[in-house]
Amino acid sequence: MSDSKRFLYVNRKAPHGTVYALESLEVVLIGAAFEQDVSLAFLDDGVFQLVKRQVTTGIGVKNFAPTYRALGDYDVKKLFVERESLEERGLTEDDLMEVTHENDDEEDVSSIEIVDRARMAEIMAAQDVVLSF
Amino acid sequence: MSTLHTVNKSPFERGSLASALAHALPGDAVLLIEDAVVGVRAGETAAAQALKAAMPGCAIHVLGPDLAARGIAADGVVDGVTIVDYGGFVDLAAAHDKVQAWL
Amino acid sequence: MTYHFNGMDIASDEEGYLTDLSLWNPDLALLIAKDEKIEMSPEHWEVVNFLREYYDEYQIAPAIRVLTKALKKKLGEEKSSNKYLYELFPYGPAKQACKIAGLPKPTGCV
Repeated sequence: MSDSKRFLYVNRKAPHGTVYALESLEVVLIGAAFEQDVSLAFLDDGVFQLVKRQVTTGIGVKNFAPTYRALGDYDVKKLFVERESLEERGLTEDDLMEVTHENDDEEDVSSIEIVDRARMAEIMAAQDVVLSF
Repeated sequence: MSTLHTVNKSPFERGSLASALAHALPGDAVLLIEDAVVGVRAGETAAAQALKAAMPGCAIHVLGPDLAARGIAADGVVDGVTIVDYGGFVDLAAAHDKVQAWL
Repeated sequence: MTYHFNGMDIASDEEGYLTDLSLWNPDLALLIAKDEKIEMSPEHWEVVNFLREYYDEYQIAPAIRVLTKALKKKLGEEKSSNKYLYELFPYGPAKQACKIAGLPKPTGCV
């Protein structure tokens, strides 16, 4: 892992209205095969991607929200969600779906970490590659 | 580890510029391109004030051809903002460790 | 491509994956399997059913390494090895089994 690069996928758009969120998720899943150090950031309207109880039957598009819960199977274990973005939109951590992965002791632990804006800026700065969606 | 942040949406329409400025660290640079250049007109706009507030820590650049295309004169931009051409865009990208796009 | 089944034409993409997932049923699976030159045994069904359950829960067809990991958890070491799965589905377990299960091509197949 020492020669792996740090990749951050930055998600800033609400799902379903545009194709950004789905495209990002697909690139993450495909990119996961390359065994890099992958993190996902959710800020601005991107926090809506992780909101619980999304029902898309009425708008005739595929609901890819459940797929975020498969990220742990793909060894994508770090989902950073910006606290200020949640608050600005009247959301709390309780509004977000559960996304987990298995830790080394085979226990399911949350992959979601709520971080403040300053910490998010540090996370972004620490990456080798930032991919924006 | 410094980053070049690019912004391409008008700050009057979207929050991309505000977000970029809120996440840029000292030593980073911000480059406004495409519709984002409308934010660099000097004046009492929220965008101009946000750029001025960010400038002590971050260098702010704007892409000249996009400015010209939108009828904004080179001497009509916020003080301290540097106008670059396409070659300057490349130089900025090369001078930083990575580029982060704020779409 | 089209599968002819019970007097119906069921559309698939050029590789044989069903275009409309909701048209799948076990008999159609047998027909797709026949096209793939696979005779379905209980072991085949175990994998195909597992894929359908995975899709139902996560809305994706898992990549092969994800499939083997998840199968190992559910069915144990023996029934999740690459060797075991390739014996069942010689042209690629994720690809062939997904096709028979009526799912799209796995996400994360490079």
